[in-house]
Amino acid sequence: MYIIIVGGDEVGSRLGKELLANGHEVLVIERNAERCDHLVNELGSISLCGDGCEMAVLTKAGIARAGMFIAVTHEDDDNLAACQIAKQKFNVPRVIAKVNSPKNEHIFAKLGIEHTVDVVGLVLEHIKEQSGISPLVHLLSLRDEGMEIVLLRVTKDLPIVGKAIRDLPLNQGASSLLLRQGCEPMVHNPATVLEAGDQVILLIRSKNIEPLRASVTGANLGGKQ
Amino acid sequence: MNVIIMGCGRVGAELAHLLDAEGHKVTILDADAANLERLPADFGGVALTGDATDEDVLRKAGIAEADAFVAVTRDDDRNAMAAQIAKQIFDVPKVVCRIYDPLREEFYKSLGLEAISPTLLFARLIREKLGA
Repeated sequence: MYIIIVGGDEVGSRLGKELLANGHEVLVIERNAERCDHLVNELGSISLCGDGCEMAVLTKAGIARAGMFIAVTHEDDDNLAACQIAKQKFNVPRVIAKVNSPKNEHIFAKLGIEHTVDVVGLVLEHIKEQSGISPLVHLLSLRDEGMEIVLLRVTKDLPIVGKAIRDLPLNQGASSLLLRQGCEPMVHNPATVLEAGDQVILLIRSKNIEPLRASVTGANLGGKQ
Repeated sequence: MNVIIMGCGRVGAELAHLLDAEGHKVTILDADAANLERLPADFGGVALTGDATDEDVLRKAGIAEADAFVAVTRDDDRNAMAAQIAKQIFDVPKVVCRIYDPLREEFYKSLGLEAISPTLLFARLIREKLGA
């Protein structure tokens, strides 16, 4: 597949290299001349110096035959502009934008760019996961389905110890996988009582994340089911 | 009319001054406080520092009550994003943005934005002056 990436910083250049290694045809477009020199040294002919929000540059890049378009610059307005042009002008089938400010995710969606990645948010989630600071770690968003996969770490100080999984504010159809030391992984059983040290992987609706977070930390335990 | 202007360059400052002098309620925003000094001393509107591609900044500027929104920073992408936020998120009745790049002006028009390309306008004006 021919994939165009706009923005040649760490994210753009690493992504380019990886996609190339996976056998895709890749072009990385970078506006900043200095970074562009660096890119040419690193990636050679698969980089292009220019503004990825300019029609002329995108046309030169052969956007009409691109199967995927990914904008990962540091400016949300640039990522939005580039992606809107790719999607609405050149009908690129798959368009993905990095959002630098998480509050722009809903704006991008409203303006037709549904596939966004909140990079800073992801970094924070990974740090939380590594540090163990937060009992609830976000693992994966299934944006099209409106679902999330999260990891719940049941530490002994949490008010949910001794409660059943069904006491958590989960939606109907939520699913879980319980990892308990010394036991085989247990597939969803709402009656299972949580013990300190358990880890639960949950598939839940995105809108249930905040109620779950509140419940896990004790902010509103015992409220609605 | 209650108007919010984003970008206090020469055009933004002049427009703010004109509308203010005519008795309109004007709020002008610029990410760089130094640019707000372009406003005349007798400017009676509100001048704020902030980036109008940030919806919270727009909310603080009173976009919910605005009749019109104008985006005239030097950056096409910023203008387009702010204008689309004003139009699609806040339903401002009248939204105008400056897009230097004529190709992009056409594109944003196709998305329903009122986009003006000074590049095209000025080129045509000069051609007229030349009588060519």
